[in-house]
Amino acid sequence: MQRIGVFVCWCGSNIAATVDVEAVSQALKDEPGVVFSTNYQYMCSQAGQDLIKQAVAEHGLTGIVICSCSPRMHETTFRRAAAAAGLNPYMVEIANIREQCSWVHKDIALGTQKAIVLGRAAVAKLHLNAPLTPGETPVTKRALVIGGGIAGIQTALDIADAGFKVDIVEKKPTIGGKMSQLDKTFPTLDCAACILTPKMVEAAQNENITIYSYSEVESVGGFVGNFDVTIRKKARYVNESICTGCGLCTEKCPVKNVPNEFNLGMDSRRAVYIPFAQAVPKVATIDPDYCNMLKNGKCGVCARVCTAGAIDYKQTDELIEQKYGAIVVATGYEPIKLDKFDEFAYNSSPDVITSLEFERLTNAAGPTSGKLLRPSDGKHPHRIVFVQCVGSRCAAAAGKGKEYCSKICCMYTAKQAMLVRDKYPDTEVYVFYIDVRTPGKNFDEFYRRAAEEYGVKYVKGMVGKISPQGEVLKVQASDLIAGRQLHIDADLVVLAAAIEPDRSARPLATMLTASMDTNDFFTEAHPKLRPVESPTAGVFLSGACQGPKDIPETVAQAGAAAAKVIGLLAKDKLTSNPCVASVDELMCNGCSSCERVCPYGAISYVNKEFRMPDRTVALRRVASVNPAVCQGCGACTVACMSGAMDLRGFEAKQIIAEVDAICK
Amino acid sequence: MNRDNVRDEVIRRSGTDPRKCMKCGKCSATCPSYDEMEGHPHEFVYMVENGDIEPLLASESIYRCLTCMACVERCPRGVEPAKIVESVRLEAIRKKGANRLTPEAVAAVADEELPQQAVVTAFRKYAK
Repeated sequence: MQRIGVFVCWCGSNIAATVDVEAVSQALKDEPGVVFSTNYQYMCSQAGQDLIKQAVAEHGLTGIVICSCSPRMHETTFRRAAAAAGLNPYMVEIANIREQCSWVHKDIALGTQKAIVLGRAAVAKLHLNAPLTPGETPVTKRALVIGGGIAGIQTALDIADAGFKVDIVEKKPTIGGKMSQLDKTFPTLDCAACILTPKMVEAAQNENITIYSYSEVESVGGFVGNFDVTIRKKARYVNESICTGCGLCTEKCPVKNVPNEFNLGMDSRRAVYIPFAQAVPKVATIDPDYCNMLKNGKCGVCARVCTAGAIDYKQTDELIEQKYGAIVVATGYEPIKLDKFDEFAYNSSPDVITSLEFERLTNAAGPTSGKLLRPSDGKHPHRIVFVQCVGSRCAAAAGKGKEYCSKICCMYTAKQAMLVRDKYPDTEVYVFYIDVRTPGKNFDEFYRRAAEEYGVKYVKGMVGKISPQGEVLKVQASDLIAGRQLHIDADLVVLAAAIEPDRSARPLATMLTASMDTNDFFTEAHPKLRPVESPTAGVFLSGACQGPKDIPETVAQAGAAAAKVIGLLAKDKLTSNPCVASVDELMCNGCSSCERVCPYGAISYVNKEFRMPDRTVALRRVASVNPAVCQGCGACTVACMSGAMDLRGFEAKQIIAEVDAICK
Repeated sequence: MNRDNVRDEVIRRSGTDPRKCMKCGKCSATCPSYDEMEGHPHEFVYMVENGDIEPLLASESIYRCLTCMACVERCPRGVEPAKIVESVRLEAIRKKGANRLTPEAVAAVADEELPQQAVVTAFRKYAK
């Protein structure tokens, strides 16, 4: 018989305001096996934990029940306290009387009654608990960073700096991400390339960093400390180690009309291309959708002009298998498609552009060599209208845009408007806004400078309609402060399109079994206290894949993610969760149901010899669980038709005992 | 004078910069004559910034401002709305050619009809 102690927490007034904690501890005193029961203001505090230790010693407790918050919150705390008191940490059961009781009920009598029932269930389960011992697994001292934008680069540099090997997987032919496409960066107006490209070069030259460009993650197996990852290195039809990046092929290629994605389709490139001058790695890539040689075997110009002999039309995708201890997701963002916003005439007028396209139009390496010219006729625009919140802050019910604030638009719009006024003072610049949101160091000062010193006309109100008429764009908007409708003949309209997670994020999350929110942003383990960790152990988050972020914030988070990875890789061994599946081999009928449902690949089948009742020996096929890979999800226990599979710490008989106690 | 010149002159004379305004409405929130004015202080600043001076010149609002300077005192951006109002008022008074008032003349013109703030403004102008 267990000797059980019950500890009811008030959680300040979080529990005590809706649950009569004294009544709960009194009622549970009468449960079988309970030899001690008390309540305390904050069970998780040092004093509360001391209370537990003292009771274990005084009453010779063999197990403890804590009636408190969710085990997600403080299970570790109380297991440690139990271990310190000399108990096996798995002889602790938690009855969640906060999230599942006090927070969701208002009636004290009913809340108290429910808390007692939850406590009773925990006591019933604890009677069947057995001490468990966690195993140990080694840690592969290598990290994988998925995404080679500023977030991924910074994380990789920081991890490499601590002496660990890091691989960056980037799906584009070069690292650099969105930041490489920007012109200048707020609030200090450094040129993006000037501060980014040295970091790209640093990443390429760091001996701890390997860059897999033009590559994608194909599959992920394993678990924290021991991930097995397959990387697909897409065929670029150019031998990366021989190509010198001279660019001769990109000048001689006869296919000239390929939309240049780096300039967002505003100019064209060849079928063989280097995205931009400072690309890392600086090697050419052949676009198989446009290359005549690859499409119909007629051409071969690039191979003829290449002095290094780097062109290889026969190249195929390469699969690279690598083990990692930790994985960092840094997949970034992209602007939303504006198809649902017909009122802004984005699809019907080339002079209505997105902010990212505007960046390319003002970038010295862009399609206009940095001269701000209208895409339609190449003329200098004299009146520009910026529209903020295009697709941001839309009600979900409207079905057009995103519910969240995209966070970066207010500042980049202020920057773009300011730079136009600075470079072309003869240009009239309007910014239409719903709110101007500028939290951040020197951010509001920056925005005010745009309005006050540069004379950018900020108008509170939205643009309702844009109609292209001849050479001008008729902008109809509201000025809510003046209380009137404005009609402006603009030459160029710039839309601050909302940003959303990169499309590669969703399938990647499935591979990593990492959770996402309804907007496909990766979810953090705790929104305040664990902001760079995914709830999936060993998976970390860096940059805009977790939510909209500007560059300073991204770099800060990238460093934080790196620190978490370093903390993990610095360990030689990890303790593994002992609450894993185990099979009763005598009951297993070898049906493979469990193997098929296991999302972690932790179950395999073995042929084993068994002594039969008639003293013969039979060879039977039975399930075998790898405890290091099993995450204890319990899917196999549900799938097992013969009842052979059980989850340690959550055995079927324990669950039934809980249900019985609740229904009593 | 064209529209932009009038605006520039009004702003120059006021010694303020209406572009500093961030449209928080504190001036209008603090104004004791708010209910008497059709162009409220924040709108006044905004209209001057946009060059919409004509409707202000025609409006009674410029005489309803008490020149109490509460808006100047409390504006978080240092815009000084009352000075802008005064500059517009001067524009109106000077346009009428009645931009001189001696202290001796006050008694002669002071009656129930004369807005008190016009007298106050006239005196302050001479004090400069």
